Amino acid sequence: MKRHLLSAADLSRDDAELVLRTAEELRSLADRPIKKLPALRGRTVVNLFFEDSTRTRISFEAAAKRLSADVINFAAKGSSLSKGESLKDTALTLEAMGADAVVVRHSASGAPHRLANSGWVRSSVVNAGDGTHEHPTQALLDAFTMWRHLGSLDGRRVAIVGDVLHSRVARSNALLLRTLGAEVTLVSPPTLLPVGIEGWPVETSYDLDAVLPKADVVMMLRVQRERMHGGFFPTAREYSRRYGLDGRRMATLQDHTIVMHPGPMVRGMEITADVADSDRSVIVEQVTNGVAVRMAVLYLLLGGSEPAVSTEGLSE
Amino acid sequence: MTTYLIKNASILGAEPTDLLVADGVVEQIGSDLSVEALSSVETIDAQGLIALPGLVDLHTHLREPGREDAETVESGTRAAALGGFTAVHAMANTEPVADTAGVVEQVWRLGREAGYCDVYPVGAVTVGLAGERLAELGAMADSAARVRVFSDDGKCVSDAVLMRRALEYVKAFDGVVAQHAQEPRLTEGAQMNEGELSGRLGLAGWPAVAEEAIIARDCLLAAHVGSRLHVCHVSTAGSVEIVRWAKAKGWDVTAEACPHHLLLTDELAATYDPIYKVNPPLRSATDVEALRAGLADGTIDIVATDHAPHPHEDKDCEWAAAAFGMLGLETALSIVQETMVDPGLLDWAGVAERMSHAPARIGRVADHGRPIEVGAPANVVLYDPAARRTVEAAETASLSRNTPYAGMELPGRVVATFLRGRATVLDGKLA
Repeated sequence: MKRHLLSAADLSRDDAELVLRTAEELRSLADRPIKKLPALRGRTVVNLFFEDSTRTRISFEAAAKRLSADVINFAAKGSSLSKGESLKDTALTLEAMGADAVVVRHSASGAPHRLANSGWVRSSVVNAGDGTHEHPTQALLDAFTMWRHLGSLDGRRVAIVGDVLHSRVARSNALLLRTLGAEVTLVSPPTLLPVGIEGWPVETSYDLDAVLPKADVVMMLRVQRERMHGGFFPTAREYSRRYGLDGRRMATLQDHTIVMHPGPMVRGMEITADVADSDRSVIVEQVTNGVAVRMAVLYLLLGGSEPAVSTEGLSE
Repeated sequence: MTTYLIKNASILGAEPTDLLVADGVVEQIGSDLSVEALSSVETIDAQGLIALPGLVDLHTHLREPGREDAETVESGTRAAALGGFTAVHAMANTEPVADTAGVVEQVWRLGREAGYCDVYPVGAVTVGLAGERLAELGAMADSAARVRVFSDDGKCVSDAVLMRRALEYVKAFDGVVAQHAQEPRLTEGAQMNEGELSGRLGLAGWPAVAEEAIIARDCLLAAHVGSRLHVCHVSTAGSVEIVRWAKAKGWDVTAEACPHHLLLTDELAATYDPIYKVNPPLRSATDVEALRAGLADGTIDIVATDHAPHPHEDKDCEWAAAAFGMLGLETALSIVQETMVDPGLLDWAGVAERMSHAPARIGRVADHGRPIEVGAPANVVLYDPAARRTVEAAETASLSRNTPYAGMELPGRVVATFLRGRATVLDGKLA
């Protein structure tokens, strides 16, 4: 693996499968009474969050702590965009404190690239979501969840539905799932698909009902109501009617098809409560898997090639 | 004043000849010039050098007053002289904005004091560049600075009625409105060229149509009111087509292209290094080809630098937080050689037309952009097209370092620049 995880495109198929296998080993920890390994003892992981995201931050925090790393949480309200301390100065400060890995969430697309490639820090940089660009660990945990339910992703059909234009989850998933052999269809109103989407390694559709019966996985994306004011769609109700997943649409899915959502959900907007709480929904499991996948990423970036879980520790 | 005998210079690439520069003018041209009578003659060996009329930039940001940390009139004109320029037009987006006779006269005076090249202030079209009401264009035109070019550059005069009035009003003093063509609603938060790459990088797109729609509207307005329009920094293939169409109609529309748009493409944004962030943004390879073709066939009249200095911290940050703009004065001629002359799209006479004669005509600058002939003001640049150099950001004469060409090897070197017979650059260094 590369030294940083900035984009899902940084991962070869071998890299991605190594992360998934490692996550599978680490996930077994969650079922043990003592959920802690000494793998990263003495290493420091900094969670550098320029944008509010309690879920992603605590997921990374739990992952680092279960590997016995020291964790520093640095929540910077606003960024250099709002004339506070610059990204560079923050990075230099963290570097001076001896961070081994920096997990960064930032509202500006490419901020983790700048952190990794500008000579400001020597530590590994993990992109925990940058602007409307990417969120590679989300894609890894999504792939991991699919893999646990469906086995190999080769030839599996994944429908990603919603605000693709502004979604870093969609971008990272499109790249990673393609690497893992899945066929991705992005379903969205035309206003919420980026210009140039023809060049992506995906299919696109404006018609959710046509896509659902063939899908093995349906991933719903959050749609912010603010987008309505940007004129991307006329009303929330119209959006729900055309692109929301409700019980009627769920009934057209194949028996084995799972429903995913990266959270936080807007119930009643892109997904109805009966779908979110149904047996098909793996949304809560995605959260559990998130910790395992982030443990795997931190371990592989910082710990090297030794097995994460010693065989003595695993009696089963 | 020193008299210079320039030996074996190739005027616009023609057979080598000698030039005698004395008393601010080109006094003699030819071989075996009679110089015995002159006591102090400095001889310059110009074997292998091209002599061009002093370059004229219609689009320079000198940042003074207001942002003297990025550039001053003095530092910017030093950079200009090193780039072969003898005249620059200083854009109005200073602090305070150059929207009154007082500010334009100040900039004009600072240029005269610095003495490296003539500074022609551009006046703002609207008060404070706010796009709401016309600035006192007549007062600026009548001031000592004799402003003829008006622009809200950095912002578009997007209100159609205001643009119409500006185009009409400047006819009274033979002015021209230089439009920064950017439809504001289509470019809210825009960061880079809108295309496949902007979608992948998650950077808000700046679509070509936002430029082209304004250019089309302005061409129609200029035709309707019978005025002169100049289009700043044309960046797309579609814009070239629209300007070509307007010219075919016989309308008085001129256009400029910037060196960076002739050389660089939007692929560079994939680095997320904001040294490549500029407005209008770097476009696709297809656009670059169209700009070169348009500049070659005269659809695009001139090359203008859009030299835009920024302090280090405004580029040493994340892309979205960074300022738009890049340096251009010291590298413009090299890039025109690389993109236009070396591929055979333009000869040196064409370079003189695009970088000296035409910009001087558009800006109504009488003493610049004249052919190198006996009796003309001695605004001359000597250029070595055979030299190669690697651009070093630390070596710029500009106070800022935001050159996108750092580390790049470019052809050519400005050896000497003469402003009215006085050397501002000799042997590639400020004289």
